[in-house]
Amino acid sequence: MTLTLALTRGEVNLAYVAAAVGLILGIKRLSSPRTARSGNVIAATGMAIAVGFTLVHPDVHRYWLIGAGIGVGTIIGVISARTVRMTAMPQMVALFNGVGGGAAALIAAAEFHRLAPDPGNIDAQTVVAGMFSALIGSISFSGSLVAFGKLQELLPGRPITFPAQHVVNAALFAGCAAAAGLAATSEQGVWLVVLVGGALLFGVMLVLPIGGADMPVVISFLNAFTGLSAASAGFVLSNDALIIGGTLVGASGTLLTILMGQAMNRSLANVLFGAFGTRPAGGGVAVDVSTDGKMARETTAEDVAVMLAYARQVIIVPGYGLAVAQAQHATRELADLLEQRGVKVKYAIHPVAGRMPGHMNVLLAEANVPYPQLYDMEDANPEFLRTDVALVIGANDVTNPAARSNPESPLYGMPILNVDQAANVVVLKRSMNPGFAGVDNELYYDPKTAMLFGDAKSSVEKLVAGIKAVS
Amino acid sequence: MSGTNAIHGIVLVGAMLVAGSATSGLEQVLAFVALVFGTVNVVGGFLVTDRMLEMFKQRRSPDASEEQP
Repeated sequence: MTLTLALTRGEVNLAYVAAAVGLILGIKRLSSPRTARSGNVIAATGMAIAVGFTLVHPDVHRYWLIGAGIGVGTIIGVISARTVRMTAMPQMVALFNGVGGGAAALIAAAEFHRLAPDPGNIDAQTVVAGMFSALIGSISFSGSLVAFGKLQELLPGRPITFPAQHVVNAALFAGCAAAAGLAATSEQGVWLVVLVGGALLFGVMLVLPIGGADMPVVISFLNAFTGLSAASAGFVLSNDALIIGGTLVGASGTLLTILMGQAMNRSLANVLFGAFGTRPAGGGVAVDVSTDGKMARETTAEDVAVMLAYARQVIIVPGYGLAVAQAQHATRELADLLEQRGVKVKYAIHPVAGRMPGHMNVLLAEANVPYPQLYDMEDANPEFLRTDVALVIGANDVTNPAARSNPESPLYGMPILNVDQAANVVVLKRSMNPGFAGVDNELYYDPKTAMLFGDAKSSVEKLVAGIKAVS
Repeated sequence: MSGTNAIHGIVLVGAMLVAGSATSGLEQVLAFVALVFGTVNVVGGFLVTDRMLEMFKQRRSPDASEEQP
Protein backbone atom coordinates (compact mmCIF):
# COMPACT_ATOMS: atom_id res chain seq x y z
CA MET A 1 0.00 0.00 0.00
CA THR A 2 2.61 2.49 1.08
CA LEU A 3 4.86 1.29 -1.71
CA THR A 4 2.16 1.81 -4.33
CA LEU A 5 1.47 5.29 -2.99
CA ALA A 6 5.13 6.25 -2.89
CA LEU A 7 5.65 4.92 -6.37
CA THR A 8 2.68 6.81 -7.73
CA ARG A 9 3.79 10.01 -6.02
CA GLY A 10 7.21 9.50 -7.54
CA GLU A 11 5.71 9.07 -10.95
CA VAL A 12 3.61 12.17 -10.56
CA ASN A 13 6.71 14.06 -9.47
CA LEU A 14 8.51 12.78 -12.55
CA ALA A 15 5.67 14.14 -14.66
CA TYR A 16 6.01 17.48 -12.82
CA VAL A 17 9.65 17.61 -13.91
CA ALA A 18 8.55 17.14 -17.51
CA ALA A 19 5.89 19.81 -17.01
CA ALA A 20 8.47 22.18 -15.52
CA VAL A 21 10.74 21.65 -18.54
CA GLY A 22 7.78 22.62 -20.75
CA LEU A 23 7.12 25.77 -18.70
CA ILE A 24 10.78 26.82 -18.77
CA LEU A 25 11.18 26.17 -22.51
CA GLY A 26 7.89 27.97 -23.09
CA ILE A 27 8.99 31.10 -21.21
CA LYS A 28 12.31 31.02 -23.06
CA ARG A 29 10.59 30.91 -26.44
CA LEU A 30 8.00 33.51 -25.42
CA SER A 31 10.79 36.04 -25.02
CA SER A 32 11.37 36.27 -28.78
CA PRO A 33 8.59 37.37 -31.15
CA ARG A 34 9.63 34.74 -33.69
CA THR A 35 9.19 31.76 -31.37
CA ALA A 36 6.58 33.20 -29.03
CA ARG A 37 3.56 31.37 -30.39
CA SER A 38 5.17 27.93 -30.15
CA GLY A 39 6.48 28.95 -26.72
CA ASN A 40 2.95 29.60 -25.54
CA VAL A 41 1.83 26.21 -26.86
CA ILE A 42 4.78 24.45 -25.16
CA ALA A 43 4.06 26.22 -21.86
CA ALA A 44 0.37 25.29 -22.14
CA THR A 45 1.36 21.68 -22.82
CA GLY A 46 3.56 21.71 -19.71
CA MET A 47 0.58 23.06 -17.77
CA ALA A 48 -1.69 20.34 -19.19
CA ILE A 49 0.83 17.67 -18.14
CA ALA A 50 0.97 19.09 -14.61
CA VAL A 51 -2.83 19.24 -14.29
CA GLY A 52 -3.39 15.87 -15.99
CA PHE A 53 -0.96 13.99 -13.76
CA THR A 54 -2.36 15.69 -10.68
CA LEU A 55 -5.67 14.02 -11.52
CA VAL A 56 -4.02 10.65 -10.90
CA HIS A 57 -2.11 11.91 -7.85
CA PRO A 58 -2.80 9.56 -4.89
CA ASP A 59 -3.94 12.49 -2.69
CA VAL A 60 -6.54 13.67 -5.15
CA HIS A 61 -10.11 12.56 -4.58
CA ARG A 62 -13.51 14.21 -4.82
CA TYR A 63 -13.50 14.44 -8.57
CA TRP A 64 -16.99 15.96 -8.63
CA LEU A 65 -15.65 19.02 -6.80
CA ILE A 66 -12.58 19.28 -9.03
CA GLY A 67 -14.68 18.75 -12.16
CA ALA A 68 -17.17 21.41 -11.11
CA GLY A 69 -14.46 23.94 -10.22
CA ILE A 70 -12.47 23.41 -13.40
CA GLY A 71 -15.67 23.36 -15.47
CA VAL A 72 -16.90 26.69 -14.13
CA GLY A 73 -13.40 28.21 -14.40
CA THR A 74 -13.01 27.01 -17.99
CA ILE A 75 -16.31 28.53 -19.05
CA ILE A 76 -15.43 31.87 -17.45
CA GLY A 77 -11.88 31.80 -18.80
CA VAL A 78 -12.82 30.90 -22.38
CA ILE A 79 -15.67 33.39 -22.61
CA SER A 80 -13.70 36.28 -21.15
CA ALA A 81 -10.56 35.56 -23.18
CA ARG A 82 -12.50 35.14 -26.43
CA THR A 83 -14.80 38.14 -26.10
CA VAL A 84 -12.47 40.77 -24.63
CA ARG A 85 -11.63 43.56 -27.06
CA MET A 86 -7.92 43.92 -27.87
CA THR A 87 -7.93 47.38 -26.30
CA ALA A 88 -9.19 45.93 -23.01
CA MET A 89 -6.37 43.36 -22.79
CA PRO A 90 -4.42 45.09 -20.00
CA GLN A 91 -7.31 44.95 -17.55
CA MET A 92 -8.09 41.36 -18.56
CA VAL A 93 -4.49 40.36 -17.83
CA ALA A 94 -4.76 42.16 -14.48
CA LEU A 95 -7.91 40.19 -13.68
CA PHE A 96 -6.37 36.82 -14.58
CA ASN A 97 -3.39 37.72 -12.43
CA GLY A 98 -5.62 38.67 -9.50
CA VAL A 99 -7.54 35.40 -9.46
CA GLY A 100 -4.23 33.50 -9.52
CA GLY A 101 -3.14 35.33 -6.37
CA GLY A 102 -6.57 34.75 -4.85
CA ALA A 103 -6.29 31.02 -5.52
CA ALA A 104 -2.90 30.89 -3.76
CA ALA A 105 -4.35 32.66 -0.71
CA LEU A 106 -7.37 30.32 -0.64
CA ILE A 107 -5.10 27.26 -0.81
CA ALA A 108 -3.18 28.54 2.20
CA ALA A 109 -6.43 29.24 4.08
CA ALA A 110 -7.90 25.80 3.33
CA GLU A 111 -4.70 24.02 4.39
CA PHE A 112 -4.51 26.09 7.57
CA HIS A 113 -8.10 25.23 8.41
CA ARG A 114 -7.50 21.54 7.81
CA LEU A 115 -4.27 21.31 9.79
CA ALA A 116 -4.89 23.81 12.59
CA PRO A 117 -7.11 21.61 14.82
CA ASP A 118 -4.20 19.16 15.10
CA PRO A 119 -1.24 21.38 16.08
CA GLY A 120 1.36 18.61 15.81
CA ASN A 121 0.60 18.39 12.11
CA ILE A 122 1.93 21.79 11.11
CA ASP A 123 5.67 22.19 10.76
CA ALA A 124 7.44 25.50 10.62
CA GLN A 125 7.92 25.45 6.86
CA THR A 126 4.21 24.96 6.23
CA VAL A 127 3.22 27.72 8.65
CA VAL A 128 5.66 30.32 7.33
CA ALA A 129 4.95 29.49 3.70
CA GLY A 130 1.21 29.48 4.37
CA MET A 131 1.24 32.90 5.99
CA PHE A 132 3.37 34.29 3.17
CA SER A 133 1.10 32.79 0.55
CA ALA A 134 -2.03 34.19 2.23
CA LEU A 135 -0.45 37.63 2.62
CA ILE A 136 1.07 38.03 -0.87
CA GLY A 137 -1.79 36.26 -2.65
CA SER A 138 -4.39 38.52 -1.00
CA ILE A 139 -2.40 41.67 -1.82
CA SER A 140 -2.10 40.55 -5.43
CA PHE A 141 -5.83 39.76 -5.60
CA SER A 142 -7.16 43.07 -4.34
CA GLY A 143 -4.35 45.09 -5.95
CA SER A 144 -5.12 43.55 -9.33
CA LEU A 145 -8.82 44.30 -8.90
CA VAL A 146 -8.01 47.97 -8.25
CA ALA A 147 -5.69 47.98 -11.29
CA PHE A 148 -8.57 46.49 -13.30
CA GLY A 149 -10.92 49.17 -12.00
CA LYS A 150 -8.51 51.92 -12.98
CA LEU A 151 -7.87 50.53 -16.46
CA GLN A 152 -11.57 49.91 -17.05
CA GLU A 153 -12.13 53.50 -15.89
CA LEU A 154 -14.44 52.37 -13.10
CA LEU A 155 -12.03 54.17 -10.78
CA PRO A 156 -10.21 57.43 -11.52
CA GLY A 157 -6.88 56.78 -13.27
CA ARG A 158 -5.27 59.60 -11.35
CA PRO A 159 -3.33 58.79 -8.17
CA ILE A 160 -5.67 58.82 -5.17
CA THR A 161 -3.85 60.12 -2.14
CA PHE A 162 -4.66 61.31 1.36
CA PRO A 163 -2.55 62.74 4.19
CA ALA A 164 -0.20 60.40 6.07
CA GLN A 165 -0.81 57.70 3.47
CA HIS A 166 2.61 56.14 3.92
CA VAL A 167 2.18 56.00 7.70
CA VAL A 168 -1.25 54.37 7.40
CA ASN A 169 0.04 51.85 4.85
CA ALA A 170 3.10 51.01 6.94
CA ALA A 171 0.90 50.51 10.00
CA LEU A 172 -1.47 48.34 7.97
CA PHE A 173 1.39 46.19 6.74
CA ALA A 174 2.81 45.88 10.25
CA GLY A 175 -0.66 44.82 11.42
CA CYS A 176 -0.76 42.14 8.72
CA ALA A 177 2.65 40.85 9.78
CA ALA A 178 1.52 40.77 13.42
CA ALA A 179 -1.66 38.90 12.49
CA ALA A 180 0.48 36.43 10.53
CA GLY A 181 2.67 35.90 13.60
CA LEU A 182 -0.35 35.42 15.86
CA ALA A 183 -2.02 33.05 13.40
CA ALA A 184 1.18 31.02 13.15
CA THR A 185 1.77 30.74 16.89
CA SER A 186 -1.80 30.44 18.17
CA GLU A 187 -3.06 28.48 15.15
CA GLN A 188 -6.39 30.29 15.58
CA GLY A 189 -8.31 30.75 12.38
CA VAL A 190 -9.53 34.19 13.42
CA TRP A 191 -6.02 35.62 13.02
CA LEU A 192 -5.79 34.22 9.55
CA VAL A 193 -9.05 36.00 8.71
CA VAL A 194 -7.57 39.21 10.14
CA LEU A 195 -4.42 38.64 8.07
CA VAL A 196 -6.33 38.09 4.82
CA GLY A 197 -8.63 41.06 5.50
CA GLY A 198 -5.68 43.33 6.27
CA ALA A 199 -3.76 42.12 3.21
CA LEU A 200 -6.76 42.70 0.94
CA LEU A 201 -7.08 46.25 2.28
CA PHE A 202 -3.33 46.77 1.88
CA GLY A 203 -3.50 45.68 -1.76
CA VAL A 204 -6.19 48.30 -2.40
CA MET A 205 -4.21 51.00 -0.60
CA LEU A 206 -1.05 50.03 -2.49
CA VAL A 207 -2.49 50.45 -5.99
CA LEU A 208 -4.96 53.35 -5.39
CA PRO A 209 -2.22 56.01 -5.24
CA ILE A 210 -0.54 54.78 -8.44
CA GLY A 211 -1.33 56.71 -11.62
CA GLY A 212 -2.67 55.16 -14.80
CA ALA A 213 0.58 55.76 -16.68
CA ASP A 214 2.43 53.49 -14.25
CA MET A 215 -0.03 50.62 -14.73
CA PRO A 216 2.30 48.56 -16.95
CA VAL A 217 4.82 48.46 -14.12
CA VAL A 218 2.16 47.69 -11.52
CA ILE A 219 0.70 44.83 -13.54
CA SER A 220 4.15 43.36 -14.01
CA PHE A 221 4.83 43.79 -10.30
CA LEU A 222 1.57 42.12 -9.24
CA ASN A 223 2.32 39.35 -11.73
CA ALA A 224 5.57 38.67 -9.89
CA PHE A 225 3.68 38.76 -6.58
CA THR A 226 1.20 36.12 -7.74
CA GLY A 227 4.15 33.99 -8.89
CA LEU A 228 5.70 34.21 -5.43
CA SER A 229 2.42 33.39 -3.71
CA ALA A 230 2.01 30.34 -5.97
CA ALA A 231 5.55 29.23 -5.12
CA SER A 232 4.92 29.54 -1.38
CA ALA A 233 1.62 27.67 -1.76
CA GLY A 234 3.86 25.00 -3.30
CA PHE A 235 5.91 24.90 -0.10
CA VAL A 236 2.70 24.56 1.93
CA LEU A 237 1.66 21.52 -0.13
CA SER A 238 5.24 20.28 -0.74
CA ASN A 239 4.42 20.35 -4.44
CA ASP A 240 7.29 20.74 -6.93
CA ALA A 241 5.13 21.91 -9.83
CA LEU A 242 3.88 24.91 -7.85
CA ILE A 243 7.31 25.74 -6.47
CA ILE A 244 8.98 25.69 -9.90
CA GLY A 245 6.16 27.39 -11.83
CA GLY A 246 5.64 30.06 -9.19
CA THR A 247 9.34 30.80 -8.82
CA LEU A 248 9.73 31.12 -12.61
CA VAL A 249 7.04 33.80 -12.76
CA GLY A 250 8.24 35.46 -9.58
CA ALA A 251 11.77 35.78 -10.95
CA SER A 252 10.93 36.76 -14.53
CA GLY A 253 8.23 39.15 -13.33
CA THR A 254 10.62 40.84 -10.92
CA LEU A 255 13.21 41.27 -13.68
CA LEU A 256 10.64 42.72 -16.09
CA THR A 257 9.42 45.11 -13.40
CA ILE A 258 12.95 46.35 -12.74
CA LEU A 259 13.64 46.75 -16.48
CA MET A 260 10.47 48.81 -16.92
CA GLY A 261 11.42 50.98 -13.98
CA GLN A 262 14.76 51.59 -15.69
CA ALA A 263 12.98 52.52 -18.92
CA MET A 264 11.35 55.35 -16.96
CA ASN A 265 14.50 56.13 -14.99
CA ARG A 266 12.63 55.50 -11.74
CA SER A 267 13.05 53.01 -8.94
CA LEU A 268 10.31 50.54 -8.08
CA ALA A 269 9.90 52.31 -4.74
CA ASN A 270 9.25 55.55 -6.61
CA VAL A 271 6.62 53.91 -8.82
CA LEU A 272 4.88 52.23 -5.87
CA PHE A 273 5.07 54.93 -3.25
CA GLY A 274 5.78 58.13 -5.22
CA ALA A 275 2.09 58.79 -6.06
CA PHE A 276 3.57 59.93 -9.36
CA GLY A 277 1.60 62.60 -11.14
CA THR A 278 -0.09 64.03 -8.09
CA ARG A 279 -0.69 67.70 -8.64
CA PRO A 280 1.34 69.96 -6.38
CA ALA A 281 -0.34 70.96 -3.13
CA GLY A 282 -2.55 73.96 -3.79
CA GLY A 283 -4.59 72.20 -6.43
CA GLY A 284 -3.19 72.47 -9.92
CA VAL A 285 -2.11 76.09 -9.67
CA ALA A 286 1.30 75.28 -11.10
CA VAL A 287 -0.24 73.62 -14.12
CA ASP A 288 -2.66 76.48 -14.78
CA VAL A 289 0.08 79.10 -14.65
CA SER A 290 2.17 77.34 -17.24
CA THR A 291 -0.86 76.91 -19.51
CA ASP A 292 -1.94 80.54 -19.23
CA GLY A 293 1.17 82.14 -20.63
CA LYS A 294 1.45 79.96 -23.72
CA MET A 295 -0.77 79.21 -26.67
CA ALA A 296 -1.19 75.90 -28.41
CA ARG A 297 -1.81 76.13 -32.16
CA GLU A 298 -4.86 74.31 -33.45
CA THR A 299 -4.93 72.95 -36.97
CA THR A 300 -7.34 71.20 -39.34
CA ALA A 301 -7.31 67.70 -40.78
CA GLU A 302 -7.03 69.15 -44.32
CA ASP A 303 -3.83 71.05 -43.49
CA VAL A 304 -2.29 68.02 -41.80
CA ALA A 305 -3.25 65.78 -44.72
CA VAL A 306 -1.42 68.07 -47.18
CA MET A 307 1.62 68.21 -44.90
CA LEU A 308 1.72 64.42 -44.61
CA ALA A 309 1.13 63.82 -48.31
CA TYR A 310 4.20 65.85 -49.31
CA ALA A 311 6.50 64.67 -46.53
CA ARG A 312 9.51 62.44 -47.15
CA GLN A 313 9.44 60.71 -43.77
CA VAL A 314 6.65 60.47 -41.19
CA ILE A 315 7.01 58.90 -37.77
CA ILE A 316 3.83 57.82 -36.02
CA VAL A 317 4.00 57.85 -32.22
CA PRO A 318 1.13 55.75 -30.85
CA GLY A 319 -0.06 55.95 -27.27
CA TYR A 320 -2.93 55.01 -25.02
CA GLY A 321 -5.27 57.39 -26.88
CA LEU A 322 -4.88 55.25 -30.00
CA ALA A 323 -5.90 52.19 -28.00
CA VAL A 324 -8.90 53.88 -26.42
CA ALA A 325 -10.18 55.16 -29.75
CA GLN A 326 -9.48 51.81 -31.51
CA ALA A 327 -7.65 53.82 -34.14
CA GLN A 328 -5.12 51.13 -35.10
CA HIS A 329 -6.85 50.05 -38.34
CA ALA A 330 -7.41 53.62 -39.52
CA THR A 331 -3.78 54.37 -38.69
CA ARG A 332 -2.64 51.42 -40.78
CA GLU A 333 -4.77 52.69 -43.68
CA LEU A 334 -3.23 56.14 -43.33
CA ALA A 335 0.29 54.67 -43.35
CA ASP A 336 -0.52 52.54 -46.43
CA LEU A 337 -1.79 55.59 -48.33
CA LEU A 338 1.34 57.53 -47.45
CA GLU A 339 3.62 54.66 -48.47
CA GLN A 340 1.82 54.49 -51.82
CA ARG A 341 2.76 58.13 -52.31
CA GLY A 342 6.39 57.32 -51.56
CA VAL A 343 6.41 58.68 -48.01
CA LYS A 344 8.54 56.65 -45.61
CA VAL A 345 6.43 55.70 -42.56
CA LYS A 346 7.85 54.46 -39.27
CA TYR A 347 6.29 53.81 -35.89
CA ALA A 348 8.14 54.81 -32.72
CA ILE A 349 7.22 52.66 -29.72
CA HIS A 350 8.13 53.85 -26.25
CA PRO A 351 8.71 50.99 -23.78
CA VAL A 352 5.95 52.21 -21.48
CA ALA A 353 3.48 53.47 -24.10
CA GLY A 354 0.00 52.18 -23.35
CA ARG A 355 -1.12 50.37 -20.27
CA MET A 356 0.61 47.00 -20.53
CA PRO A 357 4.06 45.83 -21.62
CA GLY A 358 3.89 45.42 -25.41
CA HIS A 359 0.45 47.08 -25.59
CA MET A 360 1.21 49.11 -28.73
CA ASN A 361 2.94 46.21 -30.50
CA VAL A 362 -0.14 44.05 -29.98
CA LEU A 363 -2.54 46.71 -31.25
CA LEU A 364 -0.48 47.51 -34.33
CA ALA A 365 -0.02 43.82 -35.01
CA GLU A 366 -3.80 43.45 -34.91
CA ALA A 367 -3.98 46.01 -37.71
CA ASN A 368 -1.30 44.07 -39.65
CA VAL A 369 1.31 46.81 -39.45
CA PRO A 370 4.54 45.32 -40.91
CA TYR A 371 6.98 44.46 -38.14
CA PRO A 372 10.01 46.20 -39.78
CA GLN A 373 8.13 49.54 -39.51
CA LEU A 374 8.14 49.36 -35.71
CA TYR A 375 11.10 51.11 -34.06
CA ASP A 376 11.83 50.99 -30.36
CA MET A 377 12.97 54.11 -28.53
CA GLU A 378 16.74 53.75 -29.11
CA ASP A 379 16.32 53.19 -32.85
CA ALA A 380 13.56 55.77 -33.34
CA ASN A 381 15.19 58.73 -31.62
CA PRO A 382 17.98 59.35 -34.18
CA GLU A 383 15.30 59.22 -36.90
CA PHE A 384 13.33 62.24 -35.68
CA LEU A 385 16.09 64.60 -36.85
CA ARG A 386 15.44 63.59 -40.47
CA THR A 387 11.67 63.40 -40.13
CA ASP A 388 9.31 65.92 -41.68
CA VAL A 389 6.26 65.14 -39.60
CA ALA A 390 6.00 63.39 -36.24
CA LEU A 391 2.38 62.31 -35.88
CA VAL A 392 1.59 61.78 -32.20
CA ILE A 393 -1.59 59.72 -31.84
CA GLY A 394 -2.81 59.70 -28.27
CA ALA A 395 0.62 59.63 -26.64
CA ASN A 396 1.53 62.29 -24.11
CA ASP A 397 4.00 61.89 -21.27
CA VAL A 398 6.45 59.80 -23.34
CA THR A 399 6.88 62.81 -25.68
CA ASN A 400 7.27 65.55 -23.07
CA PRO A 401 10.56 67.43 -23.62
CA ALA A 402 10.45 68.52 -19.96
CA ALA A 403 11.80 65.05 -19.18
CA ARG A 404 15.07 66.17 -20.82
CA SER A 405 15.19 69.84 -19.94
CA ASN A 406 13.24 70.68 -16.80
CA PRO A 407 14.67 69.33 -13.51
CA GLU A 408 11.50 70.60 -11.77
CA SER A 409 9.26 68.29 -13.78
CA PRO A 410 8.14 65.01 -12.20
CA LEU A 411 9.04 63.41 -15.53
CA TYR A 412 12.62 64.69 -15.44
CA GLY A 413 15.14 61.97 -16.33
CA MET A 414 12.67 59.64 -18.01
CA PRO A 415 13.93 58.66 -21.46
CA ILE A 416 11.44 60.01 -24.01
CA LEU A 417 10.85 59.91 -27.73
CA ASN A 418 12.49 63.07 -29.12
CA VAL A 419 9.42 64.06 -31.10
CA ASP A 420 10.30 67.75 -30.81
CA GLN A 421 13.35 67.20 -33.05
CA ALA A 422 11.16 66.53 -36.09
CA ALA A 423 10.58 69.42 -38.51
CA ASN A 424 6.85 69.43 -37.72
CA VAL A 425 4.85 67.86 -34.94
CA VAL A 426 1.15 67.08 -35.15
CA VAL A 427 -0.56 65.95 -31.97
CA LEU A 428 -3.88 64.12 -32.20
CA LYS A 429 -5.61 64.55 -28.89
CA ARG A 430 -9.11 64.73 -27.45
CA SER A 431 -8.50 67.95 -25.52
CA MET A 432 -5.75 69.96 -23.84
CA ASN A 433 -6.11 67.90 -20.66
CA PRO A 434 -2.80 66.66 -19.32
CA GLY A 435 -1.97 62.93 -19.53
CA PHE A 436 -2.35 60.41 -16.77
CA ALA A 437 0.77 61.74 -15.09
CA GLY A 438 -1.14 65.02 -14.73
CA VAL A 439 1.86 66.93 -16.09
CA ASP A 440 1.49 69.68 -18.66
CA ASN A 441 3.30 68.86 -21.93
CA GLU A 442 5.62 71.62 -23.19
CA LEU A 443 5.59 69.99 -26.60
CA TYR A 444 2.12 71.42 -27.25
CA TYR A 445 3.39 75.01 -26.96
CA ASP A 446 6.34 74.45 -29.28
CA PRO A 447 5.91 76.77 -32.32
CA LYS A 448 6.30 73.85 -34.72
CA THR A 449 3.61 71.80 -33.01
CA ALA A 450 0.04 71.81 -34.27
CA MET A 451 -2.86 70.28 -32.36
CA LEU A 452 -5.59 68.32 -34.08
CA PHE A 453 -8.36 67.90 -31.52
CA GLY A 454 -10.90 65.10 -31.56
CA ASP A 455 -11.27 61.36 -31.14
CA ALA A 456 -8.12 59.70 -32.52
CA LYS A 457 -10.02 57.35 -34.79
CA SER A 458 -12.20 59.97 -36.45
CA SER A 459 -9.22 62.34 -36.76
CA VAL A 460 -7.15 59.67 -38.51
CA GLU A 461 -10.10 58.85 -40.77
CA LYS A 462 -10.34 62.53 -41.70
CA LEU A 463 -6.62 62.50 -42.52
CA VAL A 464 -7.15 59.45 -44.74
CA ALA A 465 -9.97 61.26 -46.57
CA GLY A 466 -7.82 64.38 -46.81
CA ILE A 467 -4.90 62.53 -48.39
CA LYS A 468 -7.20 60.82 -50.89
CA ALA A 469 -8.44 64.29 -51.85
CA VAL A 470 -4.86 65.48 -52.43
CA SER A 471 -4.08 62.79 -54.97
CA MET B 1 4.44 39.06 -20.00
CA SER B 2 0.95 37.78 -20.57
CA GLY B 3 2.53 34.34 -21.13
CA THR B 4 4.09 34.23 -17.69
CA ASN B 5 0.74 35.45 -16.40
CA ALA B 6 -0.77 32.12 -17.45
CA ILE B 7 2.07 30.13 -15.87
CA HIS B 8 1.32 31.14 -12.30
CA GLY B 9 -2.01 29.49 -12.98
CA ILE B 10 -0.06 26.41 -11.86
CA VAL B 11 -1.78 27.16 -8.52
CA LEU B 12 -4.60 25.15 -10.10
CA VAL B 13 -2.57 22.03 -9.27
CA GLY B 14 -2.48 23.17 -5.64
CA ALA B 15 -6.22 23.80 -5.68
CA MET B 16 -6.80 20.24 -6.94
CA LEU B 17 -4.69 18.79 -4.13
CA VAL B 18 -6.50 20.91 -1.54
CA ALA B 19 -9.86 19.82 -2.98
CA GLY B 20 -8.70 16.21 -2.62
CA SER B 21 -7.69 16.51 1.00
CA ALA B 22 -10.50 18.85 2.15
CA THR B 23 -12.28 17.43 5.19
CA SER B 24 -14.88 20.04 6.12
CA GLY B 25 -17.52 21.90 4.17
CA LEU B 26 -15.65 25.18 4.56
CA GLU B 27 -12.49 23.67 3.11
CA GLN B 28 -14.46 22.34 0.16
CA VAL B 29 -15.92 25.77 -0.49
CA LEU B 30 -12.46 27.38 -0.30
CA ALA B 31 -11.06 24.68 -2.59
CA PHE B 32 -13.91 25.16 -5.07
CA VAL B 33 -13.30 28.90 -5.33
CA ALA B 34 -9.54 28.25 -5.62
CA LEU B 35 -10.24 25.76 -8.43
CA VAL B 36 -12.39 28.28 -10.32
CA PHE B 37 -9.81 31.07 -9.83
CA GLY B 38 -6.89 28.86 -10.83
CA THR B 39 -8.67 27.57 -13.94
CA VAL B 40 -9.64 31.09 -15.04
CA ASN B 41 -5.99 32.09 -14.65
CA VAL B 42 -4.70 29.14 -16.71
CA VAL B 43 -7.33 29.02 -19.44
CA GLY B 44 -7.77 32.77 -19.76
CA GLY B 45 -4.04 33.46 -19.59
CA PHE B 46 -3.07 31.05 -22.34
CA LEU B 47 -5.99 31.95 -24.63
CA VAL B 48 -5.40 35.69 -24.33
CA THR B 49 -1.69 35.23 -25.02
CA ASP B 50 -2.49 33.08 -28.03
CA ARG B 51 -4.90 35.70 -29.35
CA MET B 52 -2.29 38.41 -29.04
CA LEU B 53 0.45 36.29 -30.65
CA GLU B 54 -1.85 35.18 -33.47
CA MET B 55 -1.93 38.74 -34.73
CA PHE B 56 1.85 38.90 -34.88
CA LYS B 57 1.87 35.69 -36.90
CA GLN B 58 -0.65 36.92 -39.49
CA ARG B 59 1.38 40.01 -40.00
CA ARG B 60 4.70 38.24 -40.16
CA SER B 61 3.89 35.45 -42.61
CA PRO B 62 4.16 37.50 -45.83
CA ASP B 63 7.61 38.82 -44.98
CA ALA B 64 8.86 35.86 -42.96
CA SER B 65 12.00 35.70 -45.11
CA GLU B 66 13.04 39.15 -43.90
CA GLU B 67 13.00 38.13 -40.26
CA GLN B 68 16.30 38.33 -38.46
CA PRO B 69 17.13 35.44 -36.15
